[in-house]
Amino acid sequence: MSVETLPREEVEAKPVAPLKAKDFKGKVDPDWCPGCGDFGVLSSLQRACVNLGLRPHEILTISGIGCSSNFPGFFNSYGMHTLHGRALAVATGAQMANHELTVFVTGGDGDGYGIGGNHFTHTARRNVDLTYIVMDNQIYGLTTGQISPTSTIDMKTKSTPFGSVEMPINPITAAIMNGATFVARAFSGDARHLTGLIEQAVQHRGFSLIDVFSPCVTFNKDNDYPFFKQRVKKLEDEGHDPGDWKTACEKAMIWGDEIYTGLFFQKTDAPTLGDREPVLDEGGAMAWRELGITEEQSDRIIKRMM
Amino acid sequence: MSSDKFDFAIAIGGAAGQGIATPGNVLARIFIRRGLHLNAYNAYQSIIRGGHIFLTMRISDQPVSNHGDKLDLLVCLNQDTMDRHLGLMGPGTRVLYNSDTITPGTPEDGVHLCPLPINELTDNNRNKLVQNTVALGTILYLLDVDFQILEDIITMQFRRKGQEVIDENVGVARAGYDYAAAHFEPCSQSLPSGGKPLAVWTGNDALAMGGASAGVKFYCAYPMSPSTGVLHWMAQNARELGIMVRQVEDEIGVANMAIGAAHVGCRSMCATSGGGFALMTEAVGSAAMMEIPVVFIDVQRAGPSTGVPTKTEQGDLWQILGASQGDFERFIVAPTDALDAFHTLPELFNLVDHCQCPGIVISDLLISEGTFSVDPDAIDMQPGIDRGELITQSSNGASDIPTGSQLANGHGLIGAPSNGYLRYVNTESGISPRALPGVEGYAHVVATDEHDEDGVLVSDEFTNPHKRRKMVEKRARKFKNIAQRIEPPALSGASAEDAEITLIGWGSTRGVIREAVEILHRDGVAVNHLPIKWIVPLHVDAIQEVFDKAKKTVIVENNHSGQFHRYLRSETGLTADGHIRKYDGEPFMPHHIVDGVRELLAGTTDIYVPYQEVIV
Repeated sequence: MSVETLPREEVEAKPVAPLKAKDFKGKVDPDWCPGCGDFGVLSSLQRACVNLGLRPHEILTISGIGCSSNFPGFFNSYGMHTLHGRALAVATGAQMANHELTVFVTGGDGDGYGIGGNHFTHTARRNVDLTYIVMDNQIYGLTTGQISPTSTIDMKTKSTPFGSVEMPINPITAAIMNGATFVARAFSGDARHLTGLIEQAVQHRGFSLIDVFSPCVTFNKDNDYPFFKQRVKKLEDEGHDPGDWKTACEKAMIWGDEIYTGLFFQKTDAPTLGDREPVLDEGGAMAWRELGITEEQSDRIIKRMM
Repeated sequence: MSSDKFDFAIAIGGAAGQGIATPGNVLARIFIRRGLHLNAYNAYQSIIRGGHIFLTMRISDQPVSNHGDKLDLLVCLNQDTMDRHLGLMGPGTRVLYNSDTITPGTPEDGVHLCPLPINELTDNNRNKLVQNTVALGTILYLLDVDFQILEDIITMQFRRKGQEVIDENVGVARAGYDYAAAHFEPCSQSLPSGGKPLAVWTGNDALAMGGASAGVKFYCAYPMSPSTGVLHWMAQNARELGIMVRQVEDEIGVANMAIGAAHVGCRSMCATSGGGFALMTEAVGSAAMMEIPVVFIDVQRAGPSTGVPTKTEQGDLWQILGASQGDFERFIVAPTDALDAFHTLPELFNLVDHCQCPGIVISDLLISEGTFSVDPDAIDMQPGIDRGELITQSSNGASDIPTGSQLANGHGLIGAPSNGYLRYVNTESGISPRALPGVEGYAHVVATDEHDEDGVLVSDEFTNPHKRRKMVEKRARKFKNIAQRIEPPALSGASAEDAEITLIGWGSTRGVIREAVEILHRDGVAVNHLPIKWIVPLHVDAIQEVFDKAKKTVIVENNHSGQFHRYLRSETGLTADGHIRKYDGEPFMPHHIVDGVRELLAGTTDIYVPYQEVIV
């Protein structure tokens, strides 16, 4: 038990060749339908990683279940394809156990806001330092087309043949209210904009949500590319102040001829869960620390029992 | 227990909020420091104020494996305790009570009633808890213990509250002590001194300490009785020991968070009770599919559903056996007492690391919330740690992850080609070297979908039956001959030839069955005992051998349907001749089993269900 753990900083960095987007290509090609919005998200993330100078082994990409949750298999990094709705819980454990990794969580609206809604709330309030990219297509695709938590009212699907009677969740306002410190919306049809937001999100310390309109060309005929192309409007073009949460919520709730994308809200001075966790103050990543109890610790514990 | 031993049981009864814990803790400290063995069971209800709490503390100069059959001293903190339990007291016993507020019932002949005029003794002190301290003084006089010992403990107990509080408590304890000296006859047995001083812990402390000793660096939980003590120990010690402790939004989150931490390299653990474990079950299978080592603890309480949250049962066995869909490999172990639980965790962590699979510990309220003495020298917090086949360093040396890490404990560090690393490479042992995220050249995806050796899913696009079969068999091979790594159960008591009955129990019943066997032996009934600890793997051959030689087999378990019996039948085809079952929420007492054996030998029944005399 006497082996010393070397802090990461002391390891000499070796010069590495700059990577290209194809270096982040996974072992297999995506199995998404031709035209799926998720392709744009994949290429944007790959491009963002290149721009940020990240390397595949420094990244852990975690997903749940659903079409978009197949993402880690198409992306070259360490990856976990976990249970439906549980990606954020797994990611919190992984991020806290090795906070030196760059953690992406990728998934869909059903996975994240439906079955995983509880974890969404709590991961946001804990301000876990990770980037959560939700490919929001407002439909359950892998189960062949039923309403999701973001489906609009009156939407006709196989489970709502006469139209949905439920109001959708607003992921942006929900995230802000729950304490997320970086909340953005993007459209997968605008890869350049999305890439930039991903880069900002990774650089942001804390819980970052990017809700991406990622059209399902097979099962959602209501919210397709033309629908968004005609409507999306960038907050950046209006000089929105991301520090203003009230205006952010107001703009996030606009859903009509105009739908805002961009960075709604950011709080840069909020400590992350890791910052508040004294166990992480020194000693590097939990996962790489020396295991077990020292003799002195053992003596102290047993003495208290006597 | 033979009569030449000191064997004494004190019960303290009152309502929640009357402060039973403090005199209980003070007495426990006095006893263990004197080297006396202790086994305490606290019967209580799911209520913060009111209700009825009944703490039974059995002490002896010999090890005590259960809370026993009899009471020698009853302390009534309220009328309810007097009304409920006076009838349990036999000749030679003593009953303490506050004579200002409690009216004694009619005791059996030979019971010594010891009324304490609390108001007079405490100058009308308004603090309602003061009667507990008076009772402490009285108890120690009756056991012939020097008052100085109590004074020292009280001083320690109240040191944070200042000298005034210490003086007040010492004063009233002294009053109780002196009043007893003037008015009551001491107990026939005075408190002996045992050997060296012992330590005291609960089963939940032991589970937590076992995990910490095994190198747990990540612990998370959602509070749920009777498992919460593990969370409390971990939280209390987290900073000193460098353990990440998280309270999570629900048990689904707990299990998945533990898996996330385990995947990146922490030894990771979580504990819950049956209802919480139900929420964790999907994650158990995911750990098996992704081949991530993680330990789940289920502290059983009486079910089903919310059940009886503060009562014990062995009713979760089939839930645990059936936890999560599909066929998969996992360890299931039911420790037999607190010290065994402590030793089990490091062993289980080495096994789950070796096999890269989940492990489940089955405890119950009896073990987890019981208070026990323990020999401090038996607590080895530095067990061997073997992390199995882990890849922690890039083979080309290009990793910027710290090298030479402790993860090389055992045969941790192995070389493998960085090109074409297959996370689930199909080996003869079924074990595939596991690269931790962060190591350069080994990036891979683990998946809850069925996957090929390289981690690529086989289930979505092109389901391949041959790949599927290969991977099912690869995982299954990890458990081939795995029982050889684990100690088989051993028969104790009378020889196979002599025993009229062979008692088979599992988990927490070991101690009480062992004492029942001793009692029957003294009465001339030859009985032996096979305690089962490992549920999966199950030592089928060892159990078969015992059944082959046994004249009459009886399974003892704390549930209604005979869950272990059904499991044994399913795995071995063996059927027991009789059963002793208890499912009223309270644990077995030795005489319950003794009476059951007599009934079963007489042939009056096949299933004996004892009557619970102590009603709480």
